[in-house]
Amino acid sequence: MSFKDIRAIYSIWLRDLTRYRRDRFRLVSSVAQPALYLFVFGTGLSRGLAIRGGSGSSLGPVDNYVVFIYPGILGMSLLFTSIFSAMSIIWDREFGFLKEVMVAPISRTSVAIGKAMGGSTVAVIQGLIILLFAPFIGVSFSIQTLVIIIPLMFLISFSLTSFGIVIAARMESMEGFQMVMNFLVMPLFLLSGAMFPIERLPEWLKALTVLDPLTYGVDALRGLMLGMEVSANPISLNIAVIIAFGAAMISLAVVMFNRKE
Amino acid sequence: MAMIEVDNVRKLFDEILAVDGVSFKVHEGEVFGFLGPNGAGKTTTINILCTLMQPTSGRAVLNGYDVVKSPHDVRSSIGIVFQDPSLDERLSAKENLNFHALVYNIPKEKREERIKKVLDLIDLTPRQNDIVRTFSGGMKRRLEIGRGLLHFPKVLFLDEPTLGLDPQTRHHIWDYLNELREKERITIFLTTHYMDEAENCDRVAIIDQGKIIALDTPDELKKSIGGDTIKLKTKDNIKVAKEIESRFKLQVIIDDGTIFIKTDDGESMLPRLISDQSIPVVSVSVHRPTLEDVFLHLTGRKIREEQGSAIKSMRSHVRALRRR
Ligand SMILES: Nc1ncnc2c1ncn2[C@@H]1O[C@H](COP(=O)(O)OP(=O)(O)OP(=O)(O)O)[C@@H](O)[C@H]1O
Ligand SMILES: [Mg+2]
Repeated sequence: MSFKDIRAIYSIWLRDLTRYRRDRFRLVSSVAQPALYLFVFGTGLSRGLAIRGGSGSSLGPVDNYVVFIYPGILGMSLLFTSIFSAMSIIWDREFGFLKEVMVAPISRTSVAIGKAMGGSTVAVIQGLIILLFAPFIGVSFSIQTLVIIIPLMFLISFSLTSFGIVIAARMESMEGFQMVMNFLVMPLFLLSGAMFPIERLPEWLKALTVLDPLTYGVDALRGLMLGMEVSANPISLNIAVIIAFGAAMISLAVVMFNRKE
Repeated sequence: MAMIEVDNVRKLFDEILAVDGVSFKVHEGEVFGFLGPNGAGKTTTINILCTLMQPTSGRAVLNGYDVVKSPHDVRSSIGIVFQDPSLDERLSAKENLNFHALVYNIPKEKREERIKKVLDLIDLTPRQNDIVRTFSGGMKRRLEIGRGLLHFPKVLFLDEPTLGLDPQTRHHIWDYLNELREKERITIFLTTHYMDEAENCDRVAIIDQGKIIALDTPDELKKSIGGDTIKLKTKDNIKVAKEIESRFKLQVIIDDGTIFIKTDDGESMLPRLISDQSIPVVSVSVHRPTLEDVFLHLTGRKIREEQGSAIKSMRSHVRALRRR
């Protein structure tokens, strides 16, 4: 990778960040949506569903549903933000800006990587905003943990944005975006164990959660934030899966971008 | 050396043969025009030359690089102003220019200066920090042109660049283009519907239904369809027409209450006609052939006339305009 490629990646990245900075609506909704989830699911629903913590309970060692879903909500936010960023490629195609990018003397590879970097940076910023809720939920972790959580968030977001780019690369219309949201993003979210412990699921659903890359992200975040005894997999396994998925997706994204029309 | 060399290029969309075996050469430093009606295949040809589309068959070489085999080298040699919008409307004017300067590798010390110069040229200096979405259609168009002129490419493609701009701005931009061309020896490949812009070209290719039907300098093209036409209205057209025919041995047609007289040199013929007392002149004018006439002569249609296959592309125009 040459200096030229790095500058190209930087320009694509910078544009995504500038757009994010401009978008007040995204900023507000990035705070409002997790807050709403935490409130609705945490206070009202947990009582109604009789999900309760304590020793021997369904939540394992965690004694509070809000605390349990907090890392899940963080994972959800990373998922939504990453996919949304990647889907902006469809907008760029529709509004013509993609032509400006595709005709520029920069490698297609750096376009794909720049896009993935931009999306994941924005997702990490959104994630940091959600981490500000921690004291109110009653979750506390050390600075050392935070130092690990941030690159982990980046890794998760990078793999998810790359996944989104693979899907968006060939998509011609905005209508496709709704399809992606309903048939891909929502299942990814619901099957990740963000909102409930996977152990409680029937066997056939459990099998599906293993295929959901977000499962490993949420599990890793939960382990780091709430204590390793809460997570289902060892952290090394979680991180290995995320890296493998991310590497596969960014490679595929690069291939998609290099393909000729 | 030929800067662009196109050899029998075809482009087939599902059912439409958009470009049908086109061959031509553009020399270095030349202003080369593509003139044709909606849907003729102008934009498709440009898309192929700037590597956004693959030709179905045929070969195109730009600055010595094959557009299919070395797309990256071709991209490094060109600049383009697209027909359809291609700005990031969420960014400011300056941010759009900055992005372009970055990806086109304009050295840092020159970046500021070029951007300033271009903003000045397109008259957007006071609005440079405003978001493009808030611009008028003409302002957006000016920004697109400015962005295309930011780096100095070997070949500059302009796909109907000044469509929808006021005459003053068009004039302004053409002055700058001519200056660029002299200083930087930039080759310009242009498509246009404006006759005066086509006249500005060194050579013009007339393209219709995917085929080049004529290619020459504007002067030669006009000469090829014969000389001037004198339009004459008189009190008694039929009698006068007969008289002119027999006395001056000229070809005469009467249509719509007007006598059309074909002559090689209208300006010297005119005084002889009206000084003749026996011709009761009501009004008279000399009509020099335009490129529009050339097109009409070659195809029997006007350039602006909408024809079957053009309707689809007109729709995409409308869509593009609505987005603004
Ligand atoms: N992506 C596409 N898919 C299918 N058909 C296309 C596509 N692009 C262009 N065409 C068709 O190819 C033909 C030539 O279109 P093109 O855009 O090259 O015309 P043009 O000469 O640029 O016209 P205009 O003056 O309206 O810009 C048209 O019939 C158009 O419908
Ligand atoms: Mg066109």
